[in-house]
Amino acid sequence: PTYPKDLQEEGWPPLMYVTFLKESKRAVNSIRSLVEEEDEEDDVEKVSWSGEPVGSISWSVKETESSIRSTGEVRDQSFPKIHTAPSLPKNSSGYSLSSLFKGKAKTGSFQSFSESFGDPSIRNYAPELRKPKSEYKDYVSDWTPEETVKRMQQGKVYSLEKFRSLQDKLLLLDEAVNAHDGNVITAVLIYLKKSLSKEILFRELITREIALRHYIHYLKEIGEQKLLVELFKSMDRTEDMALMQYRDHLNVRDENKKRDFLKNCLSFPFSPDDATHVQDHYTLLERQIIIESSGQADIFKKYPRKASILNMPIITTLYYSCFYHYGESDGTFSSPANIRKTFRISDKQFLLTCLGARAKLKAWFDVDALFTTKNWLGYTKKRSPIGFHRIVDILQKNNAPVQVLQDYVNLVEDVEQKISLAQKYKCHDVIINTYRDLKDRQQLIVYRGKVERGSSEYRKIEEILSNSVRLWGEVSPRLPLLQS
Amino acid sequence: MAHSVRRDAPELPDFSLLKRLARDQLIYLLEQLPGRKDLFIEADLMSPLDRIANVTTLKQHDVDKLYKVEHKPIVSTSDQTVRGCFLYPLTNWFLFPDVVNADKAFGRFRRYKIIFSPQKFYACENLLEEQGIFGDVTTDEWSFYLLPLDDDIISLELPEFFRDYFLEGDQRWVRTAGSALHLLHSVYGPFSKVYGIGRCSKMAYESWREQVEEGEQRARQAEIGNVFLIDRDVDLVTPLCSQVVYEGLVDDIFRIKCGCVEFCPDVTSSDKSIKVMLNSQDKVFNEIRNEHFSQVFGFLSQKARNLQTAYDKRSGMDIKQMKTFVSEELKGLKQEHRLLSLHIGASESMMKKKTKQDFQELLKTEHSLLEGFEIRECISYIEEHINRQVSMVESMRLLCLLSLTENGLLPKDYRSLKAQFLQSYGIEHLLTFSNLKQLGLLVEQQPGETLTVMESRVGKLVNDKTAGKLTDAFSSLAKKSNFRALGRRLNLVPKSDEEYDLRVPRDMAYIFSGAYIPLSCKLIEQVLERDGWTGLEEVTRMLNGHEFAVTAGSNGSDARVKTDSQRIILVMFLGGCTFSEISALRFLGREKGLKFIVVTTAITNSARLLESMLDNHA
Repeated sequence: PTYPKDLQEEGWPPLMYVTFLKESKRAVNSIRSLVEEEDEEDDVEKVSWSGEPVGSISWSVKETESSIRSTGEVRDQSFPKIHTAPSLPKNSSGYSLSSLFKGKAKTGSFQSFSESFGDPSIRNYAPELRKPKSEYKDYVSDWTPEETVKRMQQGKVYSLEKFRSLQDKLLLLDEAVNAHDGNVITAVLIYLKKSLSKEILFRELITREIALRHYIHYLKEIGEQKLLVELFKSMDRTEDMALMQYRDHLNVRDENKKRDFLKNCLSFPFSPDDATHVQDHYTLLERQIIIESSGQADIFKKYPRKASILNMPIITTLYYSCFYHYGESDGTFSSPANIRKTFRISDKQFLLTCLGARAKLKAWFDVDALFTTKNWLGYTKKRSPIGFHRIVDILQKNNAPVQVLQDYVNLVEDVEQKISLAQKYKCHDVIINTYRDLKDRQQLIVYRGKVERGSSEYRKIEEILSNSVRLWGEVSPRLPLLQS
Repeated sequence: MAHSVRRDAPELPDFSLLKRLARDQLIYLLEQLPGRKDLFIEADLMSPLDRIANVTTLKQHDVDKLYKVEHKPIVSTSDQTVRGCFLYPLTNWFLFPDVVNADKAFGRFRRYKIIFSPQKFYACENLLEEQGIFGDVTTDEWSFYLLPLDDDIISLELPEFFRDYFLEGDQRWVRTAGSALHLLHSVYGPFSKVYGIGRCSKMAYESWREQVEEGEQRARQAEIGNVFLIDRDVDLVTPLCSQVVYEGLVDDIFRIKCGCVEFCPDVTSSDKSIKVMLNSQDKVFNEIRNEHFSQVFGFLSQKARNLQTAYDKRSGMDIKQMKTFVSEELKGLKQEHRLLSLHIGASESMMKKKTKQDFQELLKTEHSLLEGFEIRECISYIEEHINRQVSMVESMRLLCLLSLTENGLLPKDYRSLKAQFLQSYGIEHLLTFSNLKQLGLLVEQQPGETLTVMESRVGKLVNDKTAGKLTDAFSSLAKKSNFRALGRRLNLVPKSDEEYDLRVPRDMAYIFSGAYIPLSCKLIEQVLERDGWTGLEEVTRMLNGHEFAVTAGSNGSDARVKTDSQRIILVMFLGGCTFSEISALRFLGREKGLKFIVVTTAITNSARLLESMLDNHA
């Protein structure tokens, strides 16, 4: 790795350490509130959320704390509180700037609480912080929801046991949501999960979207699948429930078990579209298990498989089938035609995939057959649901020889595109013939300069040019579209 | 390169201090565990840790061996008295008990300490408690909030922020963002103005404000005056566009991780890859990082010619001159030579890769989508992209761009494209589609009345008092990107028939070849220009509101004083920002004589953003 020099070579402690210390001290003040909690940390009976996060310089911070405090001249830098409670988008008519940013300068923190909850008994317990530990334990249970949430946010000692009535529990939850701290919201939810029956908790969460989403995320993270399913069910979120259960198939390794699992999924209440897809998923794996153990040995010997077909997408399966099971009768599960029909694969998609597979095998005859149609008079014609320029592109990516490529370049309708493709892939005949047909003598002369002197292309151009006077007359018209 | 309009832009503050703070705290935490210990580091934390400490530092603090955390029993040569110390960011934390329980099953008792970064969560401790290992395992937190990646980029290194907040609706990182802001405010503030847009921005602002109130304030000379907070979901179009500015392109192709990129042998034209730091220290990179890719080659070849001339001076030198040359110039020239060949190699390799994937055609489709032009053709292009099983993430990106710019897909198109996508890339992506829908990235156009029906249905369930709490349920339904209307209102998409000279960019659109001015950066420009949101009411309404502009102090008059700090603007992206956006802001800064400092929860790009939506790993 190439680090900047100073980072790489500097040992510890760095020379600059001493001067740096001064700067750090100031900066570290920001996290001092956590440092101050030090003495509470060894209180093991309580959930302590503290630590001394400031690093080995914390001692010096404390030392100088008082001096900074006394010298610091405080001007009013406080920022106003802004209204963060969600409001319905349809209320947007009421969105004046002033209503959004109530420029309330420094409202007391209790005020917002009282606003939200009407009439709580507000008592200030600040003094108890200075009481000896043994004593304040008795008071712990008197913290209001707001104080409790605040303490939790700051990593201080707190207690949730006193929130026993449903109303208290919900006040606590709402307060946590009001504080916008996901960590605390989840902590309160864990407490509610333990202390409320799930029916009650679910019922209350229906009207508390933010808390609900935290709860769902928490359950997902700790893998409480069953409870999640019950939750969705109780809320009538059946599609979420179905997807949640379907997701579990990812955890099943064994293909037969996975197939059975997917079969079981078919009865879940998916949306109609998704139900079709899940049905496909089941059918696909069922087929893949059959296909996996079938096929002619010689082609596998000639082109060994790179990977198993199990759990591959539908199109990959089709490709595999076009590669290893081409020409099997339509009734066989592993045949391309059967796969095409079962999974309702579009003509375009089928052609693209089949083309890729047959080109890879250099089965140019098969490629040809893909495009050949006979009309009622028995004439054959090449047709394609996608532009021939794309076909050329795909063939070229599969290293098709020029002889094959030029057949398809010739089928490109747009002349300009045809020429540019032919030039890109060096299909001399196509270019020469096109210019000849356009009677473009000048371009032919230019092109003669590009091919190898004495080569067959060169001779061909010579021949046309020498005959051109006779065939085209003296002046050859140039099509404007070729002037670029 | 040569478009500095105003040269008096103020100096940036020195952010290396943040690294020192983080390192000191880590050392302190290690010192708290006397004696030798092994250190297990979660993979996601490796690179950030690398940026602020090195092995020597760790060894000096009694760290014996370093391991990467793997969620399997720990094989350590040490005996039972070994102490493990785990550094964890909060991904995968719920797997930790397996490690300890596996140990116990072997009859071993080791003492472990988990250090969470940047903070621990109650849920983690609860899990330890439930698993019966609370006490065997002690925990701590390393408040490593901010990692300066460059002179003007600071990252929270929280790539999970985007999914956690915008998809899962989990606000666990809101306070983290507030604390990060608080740290910056304490060291480089006090800020005098804060602008913002987005629900998360509002909450982060509140969290920060509360933390300021809890601490006491000190008078100091502010280095950063203004702050702009923005939620990533205000503008999801920009991060989904292909990046064509050099640094962004390098990120899209090679993935810059923590300011460091690994160039493959293809680039280095040798048989091994090398890791390179990409920042302003790299003089060559610094000059091309913000340039449109088409301009880079010319610059590099000019540079190469200059270098040749400098080398050529040697001929005709006498011994003494040669000595001076070797001692004074040669080292610099060699360094420059190394860097030049590296970036030339990278450019060539990127060129090759992009040509192979028909980049030109891809860009054409993207630009058509942004412009709202020939949408049917775009759809068939996307369809074919899917049919040919070309990169899954690219297909998804195009689908999302289509949905965001068109305000959702027609039900018929949605069904057909989804079906084809599942056929090509696997049916389990049903889960991905569900996620994309939830976030509003890929949705079906709803018939007009659906929203009202939903509202009245839910409205019956609850009384008016609680109705406010249902907002999120509605906002995800109502979440329309309104991209076209916003584009018109803010002139985001210049007329395509106008020539755009990429050598002399005239606006921020140059980062997308002149096709689109990033919405996020345009908002920032407009708000700074107007000193607030006045006149942008229609725009904010289309963005679902939640905008704010606040001034310190009750009257805010002292904030009008024009000091240097007023021209330094800290822009915080909640949910990630791209290198292209950073380039656009640097351009804006040069135009207006401002300096932007970008603070982001993580550097993102289309691939990272969409990969975070995948659900197919159990």
